[in-house]
Amino acid sequence: MSRILHPFHGGIRPPEHKRHSNGSRIGSLPLPSQLVLSLRQHIGQPARPIVVPGDTVLKGQTLAVPEGRISSALHAPTSGRIVAIEPRSVPHPSGLTELCVVLVPDGQERWVERMPFDWRTAGIEAVAQQLCAMGVVGLGGAGFPTHLKLGSGRGIETLVINGAECEPYITCDDRLMRERAADLVAGIQILRTLLRAQTVLVGVEDNKPEAIEALQLACGGADIEVVALPTRYPSGGAKQLIRLLTGLEVPAGTRATELGVQCFNVGTVYALYRALEHGEPLISRIVTLTGAVARPGNVEALLGTPLDALMQHAGADDGVEGYLYGGPMMGFALPSLAAGLTKSGNCIVAKSPALFPPAPPPMPCIRCGDCAQVCPAELQPMDLYWFARARQFDRARERHLFDCIECGACAYVCPSHIPLVDYYRHAKAELWAADAAGQAADLARRRHQARQRRLEAAQQARAERRSPHAAPVPAVTSPAPVVLPPPQTDAPAPLDEKQARIAAALARAAARRDGAGQPPAAASAQPVADEAQPVADEKQARIEAAMARAAQRRAAQESRR
Amino acid sequence: MRTSPFLSAATPLQRVMLKVLAALLPGIALQVWLFGIGVLAQLALASVAALATEALCLKLRGYPVRRFVSDGSALVCAWLLALSLPPLAPWWLAVLGSMFAIALGKQVYGGLGQNTFNPAMVGFVVLIVSFPAQMSHWAAPLAAGPAYLDASAQLAHIFGGVLPHGIGFDALASATPLDAARTAVRQGLPGPDGMLGGTSAWLALGWLVGGLFLLQQRLIPWQLPCGFLGALAVLAALFHWADPAAHAGALFHLGSGAALLGAFFIVTDPVTAPTTARGRIIYAASAGALTYLIRAFGNFPDGVAFAVLIMNMATPLLDQLTQPPVFGRKAGRAGRS
Repeated sequence: MSRILHPFHGGIRPPEHKRHSNGSRIGSLPLPSQLVLSLRQHIGQPARPIVVPGDTVLKGQTLAVPEGRISSALHAPTSGRIVAIEPRSVPHPSGLTELCVVLVPDGQERWVERMPFDWRTAGIEAVAQQLCAMGVVGLGGAGFPTHLKLGSGRGIETLVINGAECEPYITCDDRLMRERAADLVAGIQILRTLLRAQTVLVGVEDNKPEAIEALQLACGGADIEVVALPTRYPSGGAKQLIRLLTGLEVPAGTRATELGVQCFNVGTVYALYRALEHGEPLISRIVTLTGAVARPGNVEALLGTPLDALMQHAGADDGVEGYLYGGPMMGFALPSLAAGLTKSGNCIVAKSPALFPPAPPPMPCIRCGDCAQVCPAELQPMDLYWFARARQFDRARERHLFDCIECGACAYVCPSHIPLVDYYRHAKAELWAADAAGQAADLARRRHQARQRRLEAAQQARAERRSPHAAPVPAVTSPAPVVLPPPQTDAPAPLDEKQARIAAALARAAARRDGAGQPPAAASAQPVADEAQPVADEKQARIEAAMARAAQRRAAQESRR
Repeated sequence: MRTSPFLSAATPLQRVMLKVLAALLPGIALQVWLFGIGVLAQLALASVAALATEALCLKLRGYPVRRFVSDGSALVCAWLLALSLPPLAPWWLAVLGSMFAIALGKQVYGGLGQNTFNPAMVGFVVLIVSFPAQMSHWAAPLAAGPAYLDASAQLAHIFGGVLPHGIGFDALASATPLDAARTAVRQGLPGPDGMLGGTSAWLALGWLVGGLFLLQQRLIPWQLPCGFLGALAVLAALFHWADPAAHAGALFHLGSGAALLGAFFIVTDPVTAPTTARGRIIYAASAGALTYLIRAFGNFPDGVAFAVLIMNMATPLLDQLTQPPVFGRKAGRAGRS
């Protein structure tokens, strides 16, 4: 297979550390004494529990249903009893608590009735619903609900399957591709049929020759191209991978589907296959246990398995001084091992000073430009850092701060050891907060104006009714209620921003389908077209028009970002 | 609480600076061989003065003195300044220049990474404007001079301002090739015929070796030395072609004065140069062109320092004007590369 690759700019080659964990078969764990299942296993809204403490559940039974557009279901990973639904700590850098379902296994492993889904005849919408009900979300780490990525089954020319696994230490996809290639390829075929894709490309970094070989064997005569990619982090970033394989660059804020490409991680495709062909919801995942441990390797663990049970299984060394959830480039340090495994938990690394020497104190930036050399988003990280430090967040935004994928390549090569990604996260958070405040103020202003108009109209109507010379009064219809976006209650977290962008993109797509061609933000920001207003109110109308234009400009800017 | 990434593979800043110092060694060795031990005295004087000034400024600004003094940047600045001084210059020249370079060229702006102008060149310009006589007292190379000072006599001159009995400085002095060329042209004599200027060409070779080492170590971007030397050579060749009698050729200009030292060690100061590829080429080529123009038509024998300082002012603007397109936002296409 000699496909012409389109290397992306930059990238790095960190030491791989994959040998520790990729040499043994996927193992399993004895049933833990309890499972702690966060209701937020995915990007978007947490699932809504439909069981109560005391309920007995079967393996695979739905515990919580999707809530809102961007959400996914959650199921019992084993049979047992629900003992609590309460806030417990979840894998999160801040150690925050989320509502979790706590399940005590009964050791019976009794399944619900499993029914294969007839995806060939059901139509793509029904398949999407099924995947949502089966709790299938992206297993590459982001946890985006998979059913939202199917689209309409039209307009996808190229299906990209992401088996790059470019982060150091992580090998769960490698083992999956080696051991379950046939099922994976079956899943790829399902997706190809559903999306009607012409071309199917599976990208795997060339440091996984066994996985590449296994996949090529499993593909047999199928028209699926398994492409060996040069090992270069972050080739597993969706946009970097799409660029590598197709030459297409998906700009930030737009979706690959607009260019006729869609990308799925191999773990996700495998979960999709299990869900559709075997009727098995997503209740477990392969997770790499590695770093300073006695028995590094991969296990297929039930969701909700306490992380300390996983680490006990791997045998963490004495010198361990912390754990990473995810890889060392994009993962985060776990405040504790109390949390349960989530759908996005692809790896746990036990940190020892030998493997992860402490970072030397940061020195000033000398503008050497090494960060720009390696930035896969082709940003100028030293300038973004400068703006973030100087609190010139708007300048950072102008320089496309939000195109930063936080891959960490810049910080990896910085000779001054500046924690660059921290600065970008901080700047993004500041901008989100400012935007939210701005939106809230807008909202208040529009509400106030709408109220003023209502009062004026009512007053006018009363005055005309009282006036003896009044001509017959045309009935004053009260102005249509202003359509307002729901107020943002919580401070926007990075996920929420992403979510909002995704939601906006989806809404845009929907609007396009409906032929509306109006970004929803602009649509909702349209002030009321108040037909009852007399034409004499021209000034008011001009102001309204200007406001609408401004809102549209803002919305357009938003969508450009 | 550390956040991602948890790995680093960078050459620490201190080692970057040490490598730059190491890259200067071949040139320094040649300079000692050509001009004697005086060069080392200048280096020592400048280093001590620069480190002391740096430490004092850091203390006054309330910064951790040890961490920042040991980053190596003050030494690099001191060495570059010392190497631009006449080897037999009086001791206070190197000391004063280093103090100005560090205090006014760097710390006043907020220390490492914050300065607008190349600190070593700030020190150099302060000296050449304030003490033009001392700054032009270049002794002849040891092998070619009419008189010869041994090591102790050289040090006696640097630190005590005394010369051996019966020798005046004029007996030792020799015009640098650039000076000689200018004087010849002004007097209507034929200038150098595009030949390399003897000893300084040897020196240039030393800087070239060090520069290639820096390139190989990826510590300097190729755009800076290539842009600088390219523009200098092209302009020199053009003028030489137009009027060979009045203008020395490209090789002469590349081989004399601070051309190669400047190209690899001064123009390449990352703090004061642009960070974009296009910006770097424009910056370096402009500095090369200015160097030539100052040499050919200006009032000073060499133009590297002035050219670099002038272009330092343009760095922020060049950075603004040469922003490369971002991934997925390259003009007029939905992403096809």
